[in-house]
Amino acid sequence: MGFHLLSPSYCCGYQASPPISHGLLRFRPVTGIPKPSPQKGQLHQSRRASKVLAYYGLTTPPYKLDALEPYMSQRTLELHWGKHHRDYVDSLNKQLVKSPLYGHTMEELIKVTYNNGNPLPEFNNAAQVWNHDFFWESMQSGGGKLPQGGVLQQIEKDFDSYSNFRDTFVESAMALFGSGWVWLVLRTEEKKLSVVRTSNAICPLVWGDIPIIGLDMWEHAYYLDYKDDREKYINTFMDNLVSWHAATVRMLRAEAFVNLGEPKIPVA
Amino acid sequence: MALRAIAGKKTLTLGLVLGPRAAAGASAPRTGSGLRHARGLVTFSLPDLPYDYGALEPAISGEIMKLHHQKHHQTYITNFNKALEQLEEAMAKGDSSKVAHLQSAIKFNGGGHINHSIFWKNLKPLNEGGGEPPHSTLGWAIDTDFGSLDALVQKMNAEGAALQGSGWVWLALDKEMKKLKVETTANQDPLVTKGANLVPLLGIDVWEHAYYLQYKNARPEYLKNIWKIMNWKYASEVYEKEIA
Repeated sequence: MGFHLLSPSYCCGYQASPPISHGLLRFRPVTGIPKPSPQKGQLHQSRRASKVLAYYGLTTPPYKLDALEPYMSQRTLELHWGKHHRDYVDSLNKQLVKSPLYGHTMEELIKVTYNNGNPLPEFNNAAQVWNHDFFWESMQSGGGKLPQGGVLQQIEKDFDSYSNFRDTFVESAMALFGSGWVWLVLRTEEKKLSVVRTSNAICPLVWGDIPIIGLDMWEHAYYLDYKDDREKYINTFMDNLVSWHAATVRMLRAEAFVNLGEPKIPVA
Repeated sequence: MALRAIAGKKTLTLGLVLGPRAAAGASAPRTGSGLRHARGLVTFSLPDLPYDYGALEPAISGEIMKLHHQKHHQTYITNFNKALEQLEEAMAKGDSSKVAHLQSAIKFNGGGHINHSIFWKNLKPLNEGGGEPPHSTLGWAIDTDFGSLDALVQKMNAEGAALQGSGWVWLALDKEMKKLKVETTANQDPLVTKGANLVPLLGIDVWEHAYYLQYKNARPEYLKNIWKIMNWKYASEVYEKEIA
């Protein structure tokens, strides 16, 4: 199996006893963090297999983990996808064992657990699973440069110019306090593109908007490669990583739901 | 009150020393700090660590301490000073919407400065008494309010590990109720945002920058190890001063 958890899982110390519900903090004192040993690990895994049914799976990024070098290192991808993203999936599945919320698509689950601003305990994990899926697909090897065709047209229409949009995006990311995400979204009501930043796990789906590009601004996304230099990370994302191809596909799909009006075809 | 304590004598005297000189140059174009000191506004500066960057190893690496202190804390201070300067301008102009708008930047950067200033004092190298458990009044209070020191540590570690996103976990004294509490705050919110009577005794930074380079995503490991360099002496001093 891919990655051995060499340390207790992200949120709760792993105990081979009745699963601790994520939202409650009725914590039983742990007399010592269990040291990983091959037999014990296997015992945990087999117990886990019999108790937890997987409702959602971990999707893999559409490229090899070293494909984004040197802009995003393989080490970062290994940790970010292999540990953080995987932990969100595992934690969500563990929560769903005890919860009546199953049978939803991921997007539906996010809207339901967001609960109009009073998020249920499953929201954080569900949203982060979706956010990270979206994030991997928002990047590509040889990315960056300029958007093309319809996306470029729409950006120029809604931001006046690509460089205006880029500045807005970078500024918004720099102004984020704490952990969160920056998005290029298509606002379904205003029917235009907009830059939006969200805290922690929140994503524009909860407001019914359609994300086109997402950038992870949690420190774990860039700390190994850029330390505290957020500006460099954001600029590198815009110049070398962002997948305008993915953005184009998403815009095409979005136009099925949002009427963006007639294209401005110049009259001779 | 907290702000004055952090500014320290150094910056206050600096402010006073620059005062008369700044007043002389008051007619010159606005140069920022000089003119501000003439009006008595203090600027904040980075406090020195009471130990070397590498002194907290192996619990926290020297690389993290250096970045954390020289980059992160310094950035909070720089932006705090900037926000305060903008606030002063906005107040002078009577621009109430700008004043209100600046509050989040002040809370975030000011909180970052406050919290980190406490944090550096909360840590002590192993060979200088770091990790030594609290005795006398604070020790008894912990036993009364949590059952045992171990129970307190487990509670703080659990809440720290469960915190979503960025924030802090605190051992707080409710000075009105004379009780100890464990609290968490989000982002850089100072402890007082959870209760005006709460005094921070110990704080643990659970922002990823505090541990990522060394512990990666294993926040519980970081929380387990930080107790080895905890400065209970500082916590006891603060506790005894408030209780008295």
